[in-house]
Amino acid sequence: MNAATWFGLCGAALVGVGLFGFSTNPDPLRKILAFNLVGSGAFLIFGVIAKRGAAVGLGGDPVPQALVITAIVVAFAATALAIALLLRLFEEAGEATLDSNNSDDIRRNEF
Amino acid sequence: MTVSLAFDIGLAGLILAIGSWTVFARNAQAAVIGFVAYGLLLAIMWVRLSAVDVALTEAAIGSGMTGMLLLGAVARVRPADGHAVLVNLPGRIVTGLLCGMISAGLAIASLSPPETIRTLAPAVMENLSQSGLGNPVAGVLFVYRALDTLLEKVVVVLALLGIWSLAPDRAWGGIPGLRIYVQPSSTLTLLAQVLPPVGIVVAIYMCWVGAKLPGGAFQGGAVLAAMWLLATIAGLQNLPSIDQFWLRFLLVIGPALFLAVGLAGFVLANAFLAYPDGYAKPLIVVIEVSLTLSIGVALGMLGAGPPERSQR
Repeated sequence: MNAATWFGLCGAALVGVGLFGFSTNPDPLRKILAFNLVGSGAFLIFGVIAKRGAAVGLGGDPVPQALVITAIVVAFAATALAIALLLRLFEEAGEATLDSNNSDDIRRNEF
Repeated sequence: MTVSLAFDIGLAGLILAIGSWTVFARNAQAAVIGFVAYGLLLAIMWVRLSAVDVALTEAAIGSGMTGMLLLGAVARVRPADGHAVLVNLPGRIVTGLLCGMISAGLAIASLSPPETIRTLAPAVMENLSQSGLGNPVAGVLFVYRALDTLLEKVVVVLALLGIWSLAPDRAWGGIPGLRIYVQPSSTLTLLAQVLPPVGIVVAIYMCWVGAKLPGGAFQGGAVLAAMWLLATIAGLQNLPSIDQFWLRFLLVIGPALFLAVGLAGFVLANAFLAYPDGYAKPLIVVIEVSLTLSIGVALGMLGAGPPERSQR
């Protein structure tokens, strides 16, 4: 097995770990973190595919590489927006939780 | 097993371990700090995958900017105390099994490469000389997949609009509420005085060299944004209020110019986002320079967050 294959396995495991954290952790901030983990795992698998396409003196296929750059930027934009939403929720509700039992408190603060 | 393979396997193990730490650590702040380290190690992995452009983006954006935002959020948000509902044990086991299956499926896919490996690398290299660029990744970003790159810049501006619109009514048009640590003659002040001149030169270099070698508008813009935020956090200069004309002008100049060149392509080169013969390189450089400015301002304002204080 060459290095790229190991990186591919690492990416596959990261997607699983990230999904687990995203589904089980109730803290929204940790969900954002876990979702970034899923994203980076998927990018890594894409990078391994790019590496496989190495040809004509290039270390990898530049098309997937360019797409991953775009993907990282879009993921960052989404993360920044998610964090801003989280901070606003905290400001309004006094706590940042996705626990539905507390949604009454949030409504009371609004009116 | 060669030394480099051992290094790569160790790197993959370390990344997986730190990635798991960000999910399983009890303390949110520790998890975020782990995430920053994770991003930097990931950048090394991208270098090992011969994708230096991606490595630069990952280090600057994936680790640096995201890490800064997350650390800021952790400092502000108290973790929901006590009554956070954790998924019960059977639920966790089932979730774990399902996630494990997804990982296994992806692992099987990466262990069984296709018989004929398809690659666009020869096609890119064949036509790269026409664009006058030397960096194939920049060629893909600005010539073959220019539409993606244009939309990506628009997404960044849209994200900023989304964040600004989260401002309370009274603070609209005000100054972002980035925390400022004013401690006279601290290390932070010194760094904020010494680093920006160097950083600005590095940013210009990255933007310019991006046509030929790894680097480019985004990486350069990220360095500019980092320098801006550093000087701001140290209290050496104030952030502008978000209704300043120059700020909004700089934000849109990059994408607007890119779009204008793209539309001009209809007339001059018979296709949207096509460059007229012989003018590809100069046009791309003009677009890259304006994009670097726009990205620097956009990332800086994304890092600073929604406006919180009304104008002075």
